[in-house]
Amino acid sequence: MIGRLQLKFWLVTLGVIHLAIVGAGFFAPYDPAEQDRENPYSPPMKIRLVDEHGRIHLRPFFYATRPSERSFGRVEEDPDKMGQMYFFVSGPSYRLLGFIPARLHLFGAEGSRFHLLGTDGFGRDLFSRILYGGQVSLLAGLLGAACTLLVGGLIGTTAGFYGGWRDVVFMRSAELFLALPWLYLLFALRAFLPLTVRPLEAFLLVVMVLGTVGWARPARLVRGVVLGAKERDFVRAARGFGASDGYLLARHILPETSGVLLTQAAILVPQFVLAEMTLSFLGLGVPEPAPSWGNLLAALQEYSVLVSYWWMYLPAFASIPFFVGYLGVANALHVDRMTGKIDSERR
Amino acid sequence: MRYLAGRLIETVFLLIGVSFLTFLFSSLAPGSYLDEMRLNPQISSETLRSLRAEYQLDQPLPVRYARWAVSLARGELGYSFAYNSPVAPLLWVRARNTLLLTVTATLIAWALALPLGVWSAETLGRLPDRALSLVTALLLAIPDLVLALGLLILAARSGRLPTGGFVSVNFETLSPFEKLRDLASHMALPVATLVLTTLPVLLRHVRAAVAEVLDAPFLRAAAAHGIPRRKLLYGYALRAAAHPLISLFGFSVGTLLSGSLLVEIVMSWPGLGPLLLEAILARDLYVVIGTVLFSMVFLVMGNFLADVLLFWADPRIRSEASVK
Repeated sequence: MIGRLQLKFWLVTLGVIHLAIVGAGFFAPYDPAEQDRENPYSPPMKIRLVDEHGRIHLRPFFYATRPSERSFGRVEEDPDKMGQMYFFVSGPSYRLLGFIPARLHLFGAEGSRFHLLGTDGFGRDLFSRILYGGQVSLLAGLLGAACTLLVGGLIGTTAGFYGGWRDVVFMRSAELFLALPWLYLLFALRAFLPLTVRPLEAFLLVVMVLGTVGWARPARLVRGVVLGAKERDFVRAARGFGASDGYLLARHILPETSGVLLTQAAILVPQFVLAEMTLSFLGLGVPEPAPSWGNLLAALQEYSVLVSYWWMYLPAFASIPFFVGYLGVANALHVDRMTGKIDSERR
Repeated sequence: MRYLAGRLIETVFLLIGVSFLTFLFSSLAPGSYLDEMRLNPQISSETLRSLRAEYQLDQPLPVRYARWAVSLARGELGYSFAYNSPVAPLLWVRARNTLLLTVTATLIAWALALPLGVWSAETLGRLPDRALSLVTALLLAIPDLVLALGLLILAARSGRLPTGGFVSVNFETLSPFEKLRDLASHMALPVATLVLTTLPVLLRHVRAAVAEVLDAPFLRAAAAHGIPRRKLLYGYALRAAAHPLISLFGFSVGTLLSGSLLVEIVMSWPGLGPLLLEAILARDLYVVIGTVLFSMVFLVMGNFLADVLLFWADPRIRSEASVK
């Protein structure tokens, strides 16, 4: 019961995060590549209701930034230049879900540009880039997980259902893959793929690399379930009635693996998002100007950025609730499966 | 002994398999170290061709593999194009640094995980256990990249700890004690990151293993005999729970190596990690293969150590092996 409740809670949390990422165009005030050349490395801005002179404004406002007069390379708020915030405004055009053209944004600013989480070295709005970057990272994670589950599922089913030499070959190589330190494996695979590629190709490449690395664990788990299911009485009965292999698999055996696959998905997606982040952080994944959580963090490789512009670390914070959410779901699914097992055994 | 010998032979085959696979992949890969030079108009195609011949990039795969195997036997591990030297000496220095980092991190992580895990299992479901579980769950959700960068920012802003590198510039002039302190301060951040990323997994397993044993009748009997609690927990329960934990130790070497790869790059620690990244970017083929192979050797050594420990700690395995 508690497992169910937990599962629901984490699913809702994840749903909210995914909604924000998928609807990045709506929630982000600017285009991720749009530059504000006047304001590179501008710090996060404060939303205010009370101004310099203590007057209360009903409409939220903010002060624009200007280069500081006291210290070089810093910026400060400019009390003479105010900008107002408006909600549900029309702004830069974008494509919702990649194909629906739209202009509506959750919020926008008038009078000056508003950077909720500051800007990067090119003056691009960090908040927008984090949201759009989430799309890239999330898609890499989902596609990579789907690839892995497909490959792992196929191999696991073959090994478990047909057994014999296939079982030996597949499971031995699975052991090999499980033994390798996965980051080295990821790197080694990446090393042997073309280095300089266009963003889209690079993205597909990353997904491909991710997909091939992780098949071993799901394959082993699926094999275990298939092995168990194969010997069930109703499966043997169906076989006795002359059911074909394909029918047996589709109708009786594969449905049993759904639980394992679901839990694995909840484990694999964040793992692959992290892998994408790592690759992109090191410049081996999705390249600029396309944002991804990994290459947003890459700016921190420069010492000056690390020391002076702390807000460049914010993309990392964006990823943490995402990981917590998936971990929670995986845990809850696991607990659910376990309690489900105990319940059915009691019956 | 035969059990261990069998394990050793298995690992040798594993290493040969890995080396062959990396070679195969590398031959399928497009591009080579000379691609950059080809774009340079000052280098003639003559030179390129002779370089190709010199590096033996024009030979078929089996020939290259055989030559590489010969150089492996000579202890050279092939030739680095970028460094213009045999690969092995390059790797030794880097591997030593990586080992320094990972061994320290492993020791600290286990030294923390064992008492904390036992404490957690002892107070199962009560406040200390709940608090520890919450902390582990949180740590588990923070990826190593994020953690490493976060620590780096904290260090940079506080200015207390060096944010990268191996030793200070004036290392040679320091007294032995100061040298040690300098090295330790440089190791602090990478080791802390590695420990914090491996600790939650270890802690969970120790907790689960000990909690399972604590329920066993022989422990209740021992408690009824009036054996002190501390001895009960560490002398009896931990001993009985050792088997899965030692297996975990073998596995944790792999995760630690992966983690170390990234941490080394982020914190510019001169280990295998940065070397591998540079080699990938420069298409320095034999360095990539050598690094991957070295990491495999570490992994295998970790697993072998785990096997030996298991052999020593678990009488069941000893008797099983002697029956065979």
